[in-house]
Amino acid sequence: MAKRLDDHSEHLLRELAPQALGAIIRRFRDFSAAEDAVQEALVAAAMQWPEEGLPENPRGWLIQVASRRMTDLQRSESARRRRETAAAVYFGYMAAKETEQDDTLILLFMCCHPALSTSSAIALTLRAVGGLTTAEIANAFLVPEATMAQRISRAKQSIKSSGVPFRLPTEQERAQRLGAVLHVLYLIFNEGYVSSVGPQLQRRDLASEAIRLTRAVHALLPYNGDVAGLLALLLLTDARRAARTGPDGELIPLTKQDRTLWDQEEIREGVALISATLSSGSIGAYQLQAAIAALHDEAPRVEETDWLQILALYEPLKRMSDNPMVTLNYAIAAAMVHGTRKGLELLDELDGDGRLAGNHRLNAVRAHLLEMAGDQQAAIAHYQAAAGRTASEPERNYLLTQAARLRESSGNA
Amino acid sequence: MKYILMMNCPSTGYDTFGAWPKKDIQAHIGFMKSFIKALRESGELVSAEGLADPKQAKMVRAGKNGAPITDGVFAEAKEFLAGYWIIDVESPEGAYAIAARASAAPGPGGTPLNMSIEVRQVMSGPPDEFV
Repeated sequence: MAKRLDDHSEHLLRELAPQALGAIIRRFRDFSAAEDAVQEALVAAAMQWPEEGLPENPRGWLIQVASRRMTDLQRSESARRRRETAAAVYFGYMAAKETEQDDTLILLFMCCHPALSTSSAIALTLRAVGGLTTAEIANAFLVPEATMAQRISRAKQSIKSSGVPFRLPTEQERAQRLGAVLHVLYLIFNEGYVSSVGPQLQRRDLASEAIRLTRAVHALLPYNGDVAGLLALLLLTDARRAARTGPDGELIPLTKQDRTLWDQEEIREGVALISATLSSGSIGAYQLQAAIAALHDEAPRVEETDWLQILALYEPLKRMSDNPMVTLNYAIAAAMVHGTRKGLELLDELDGDGRLAGNHRLNAVRAHLLEMAGDQQAAIAHYQAAAGRTASEPERNYLLTQAARLRESSGNA
Repeated sequence: MKYILMMNCPSTGYDTFGAWPKKDIQAHIGFMKSFIKALRESGELVSAEGLADPKQAKMVRAGKNGAPITDGVFAEAKEFLAGYWIIDVESPEGAYAIAARASAAPGPGGTPLNMSIEVRQVMSGPPDEFV
């Protein structure tokens, strides 16, 4: 029986795969073919390394095997196509001033290009940078493999036809493009972060994958506050994972969670990251959200939550993002500090904001505050309205249960 | 976000369909096949099924000991589910656009049927954090 890769080599392969892919795209300018070639090199590595031992330069080994495969592919194509490739290779080299390390980063910028739809960018990032198989990605998003394969191949096609050059974005573009990358990583995390839909383990892997990728970006851009902020936010949120659902997958709100289940290792790492980044220079939205998450995580009991500081952190976040969802969370913090009346007033202001029209979150938060204020009948109505509007099954069950609990406690069962 | 698009037809729909001229039946079937193929190729198809003639349908209920009690489908039911598509799209508007394409499937003489397609969101969204 053939030997299998040990954990160390498997980890190494996953880390090297996007670097090798970046190098091959840089050299040959063809995303689709490059991916096939690197895939074959990875298969070759998985078969040969356990037999022959790790090569001296594993990254160089992968690039060499994949390049050979690319050359073979090109020989079999037409002469016209060869001339085109030759020209492209020439320009590719001309533009290639970046270091090898940048290849992973360039690849991420490419996969999260604003020209792609969000779902395409997510799929392509997991495939090309994360090294997940198409079947794994399809499983995680509960769509057939054939559909996911098409989504990925169309994404590669649009990158090809948009002529995005394989290089780091210019200084001016950089912030915006990095923003798109971080947003995609955040969405991947969010998809995986506790969901009772489908095979749970696979979706949970998405959260771990998002953390792994964000870690990689942080290693490449250690002084970028937004990247550090996002990594801290993901870790501090992920730390609550085990406590966030009950035995049957039911949602448990933050205030009712068993805090002994929170992952102290992740909390320590997240707090250290966010403390380091807050003391250096400009503060972005991810950093503020991470700082808020840290305050929740650091409270040993819900009663000890530092709402005053949380409210203070929501102020700049609200000014910076013009996002009604932020105002919604701000209203909760304001209610905890200044009383429910203040929170409900803020929600009334949000009623005029068309962007939240029909959004279940507005009903859910209002229900929560009304219940705190002792207006059970109105709280029941809003819990029920929220349940009718959410697209998440565990969330609907949670909201319906809240309404039922209040009905019974107020004797209207 | 995932949506189910449900194609309902009148209880007489299967018989009416069977009475179309051959080329119209073929055009309709061809449309449905290429519609599914296009959804797969655009990376949006989750699943799709056509359902058998409602004349074969049964209503089932559990009896006292849990054993199934079957009954014929009630004739007064006006509409039946004839088939459905589950799609994964970026927005509700994306789902409506696809539903409109299905609605315009060719009928007799190649005229678009413009049948009504019921669009419902599948509960597959990730839940929010609740305080």
